[in-house]
Amino acid sequence: MAQFKPKKIRTQKTSRRLNKVFTYAYLISLSIIIIYPLLITATSAFRAGNILAFDLKLTGPWTLNNFRRLFQETLYPQWYMNTLKVAITTMVIQVTAITLAGFAYSRYRFIGRKQSLKFFLIVQMVPTTAALTAFYVMALLIGGLDQHWFLIFVYIGGGIPMNTWLMKGYFDTVPLELDESARLDGAGHFRTFWQIILPLVRPMIAVQALWAFMSPFGEYLLARFLLRSPENYTVANGLQTFINNQRDQRVALFAAGAILIAVPIATLFFFLQKNFVSGLTAGGTKG
Amino acid sequence: MADKESKKKTVVYTEEQEKNIKKATFLSLVPGLGQLYNKQVFKAIVFFAILIIFIIEMVVFGAGALEGLVTLGTVPREDHSLFMLIEGSMQILILLVFILIYAINIYDARRVAKMRALESKSVNYTMKSILLNAYNNGFAYMLTVPAYFVMLFAILFPVLVTIFISFTNYDFYHIPPANLVDWVGFETFASIFSLSTYRDTFFDVFSWTVIWTVSATTLQLVIGILTAVVLNQPFIKGKRIFGVILLLPWAVPAFITIMSFSNMFNDSVGAINSQVIPFINNLPFVDIPSIAWKTNPFWTKIAIIAIQGWLGFPYIYVLVSGILQSIPADWYEASVIDGATSVQKFRYITLPQIFAVAAPIFVTQYTGNFNNFSMIYLFNEGGPGSVGSGAGSTDILISWIYKLTTGQSPQFNIASAVTLIISAVVITISMLIFSRTRAFEMED
Repeated sequence: MAQFKPKKIRTQKTSRRLNKVFTYAYLISLSIIIIYPLLITATSAFRAGNILAFDLKLTGPWTLNNFRRLFQETLYPQWYMNTLKVAITTMVIQVTAITLAGFAYSRYRFIGRKQSLKFFLIVQMVPTTAALTAFYVMALLIGGLDQHWFLIFVYIGGGIPMNTWLMKGYFDTVPLELDESARLDGAGHFRTFWQIILPLVRPMIAVQALWAFMSPFGEYLLARFLLRSPENYTVANGLQTFINNQRDQRVALFAAGAILIAVPIATLFFFLQKNFVSGLTAGGTKG
Repeated sequence: MADKESKKKTVVYTEEQEKNIKKATFLSLVPGLGQLYNKQVFKAIVFFAILIIFIIEMVVFGAGALEGLVTLGTVPREDHSLFMLIEGSMQILILLVFILIYAINIYDARRVAKMRALESKSVNYTMKSILLNAYNNGFAYMLTVPAYFVMLFAILFPVLVTIFISFTNYDFYHIPPANLVDWVGFETFASIFSLSTYRDTFFDVFSWTVIWTVSATTLQLVIGILTAVVLNQPFIKGKRIFGVILLLPWAVPAFITIMSFSNMFNDSVGAINSQVIPFINNLPFVDIPSIAWKTNPFWTKIAIIAIQGWLGFPYIYVLVSGILQSIPADWYEASVIDGATSVQKFRYITLPQIFAVAAPIFVTQYTGNFNNFSMIYLFNEGGPGSVGSGAGSTDILISWIYKLTTGQSPQFNIASAVTLIISAVVITISMLIFSRTRAFEMED
């Protein structure tokens, strides 16, 4: 065959070498493009003096002063606590609701099951964030404007459809025989759910919990819209005031605040990222 | 379970049994009576109590709320049109829930009557056995109720209110309670397309939204897939290190990176103009001047599309890496024997396999960017400049809605109408694509 002529082999070798060169060039430049902006933000937090804008400077002097100012001169600690409060409440309620619903959709065949599953898929496409006017009016009527509980309520509601769908997909991967043998052994509905199935989906529950916990840290639009007074802001809104205020740009303080959010979240993320993906693909394609 | 039984046998009832079944059904037009006829006293009490509660609710609140929804108030400063609209919408939801229960009541009376006609003994008459039966057969409903309850108020209700508001004249001239809000029918929708200011803005914003969605999402898909395929080659050393680095944009909260980039793209002092471009200019034959990233609409657009590529690709990369692992190696071996080039292998094996698994997720990436408020707003607040009606030159529909709602002269009705148009577009396109993929097929 043609490939085995000596000349061909040589061209194959060079093309393989070329491929290697391109591959590493691609990966290395991509890595630089990723690291460069992140490194700028990270190092800016430790730079002394007044920074006007982000650029990369790796020669000191270094200081922790920005962090001190962040805690002494700004509402940052308050924002952090607000966000924690919103995040934890959202997480607990949402995970409970979607675990129950996901189990029901996976294990029971009931009237309206298929229709409501499709309804979930459609509803999840309606941008709840787009219904701003409705949320505003609703908050106005029931006294929810500038209140954390209203924001939590909206977060939970928005997260339910998609996550129920994913949860159901994960429950589907647990074999039905387990339920059946539990039933034969005399376990009721609740015991089957609580003692047999729930422990098996614990990884997905952990992922969903982390997801629900993380989202209020990154959500900007609804929090900005529904929370009016600075002491009620979440970190996303609070930090934005440091950087979008033309007269008083506090870039270094922004960087310090960003590090305090990004580091714990990224750490959690790396420990759980495998589960994220497997959960997403399992839930997304099983249907 | 119940379906199977009813499908299995078609039962023939005697004339008298037929009569009884009809009677039970007819009586249940008053909730509870049919159950009473079936001798299920406990159920009868429950259904009747729901009816009474509903009637009281209607008298105390509902009737007024529905009337208010129709008139939206008649006396300025006294009637608050907005609250009337909200209360009316709430009442409509209550009405829907009641109609649902009412239908269940009739269905239940008829079903039990049928059961009684066949084997009277299997029917639960005591309160205890009815509750036990409800627990055994209704467990699934009990589990889904909390999710439905929250969705009813956090999703359905706002959607209903949005629909209503788009049919009113609720704008900065009509802010209750000082002024009344009125129904104007399709006028709001008409004005988006007929008033030249809104029409021009709408089509400007809409076309940029489409360009943005397609180019930004496609860019992140291309980089994601390319990176996954490149890193999947067997000879690569340091896979783990690269893997961790490539995940960073996904792990850091997006608003942090967007705001940081926003600062780095600053025209005068930002890192891109002060460091990156001078560095690139060190290369031979390259001489790029400073670029007006935040004051020239064209360059702002280029910047945000590039940043979205940066932000969005890691997710795709991880997803595709997972899929690549699952493609059987012998497919590639077979193709090599047939003399396939690597481009052919990619084109005919890898790519179709990726799309077969991930197509629905790719669709959600497009819809996500269609509504990607954070990226647009946090980079340059939709600026620079203006294309009229409060929209900046990089505003997409969702950030335009935000400005219409929060600006100096809010246009709540226009914002609602645009929201509905967005939803219609997104749902239609996604449904079309979903119905062509496997996402809608369900086992049973």
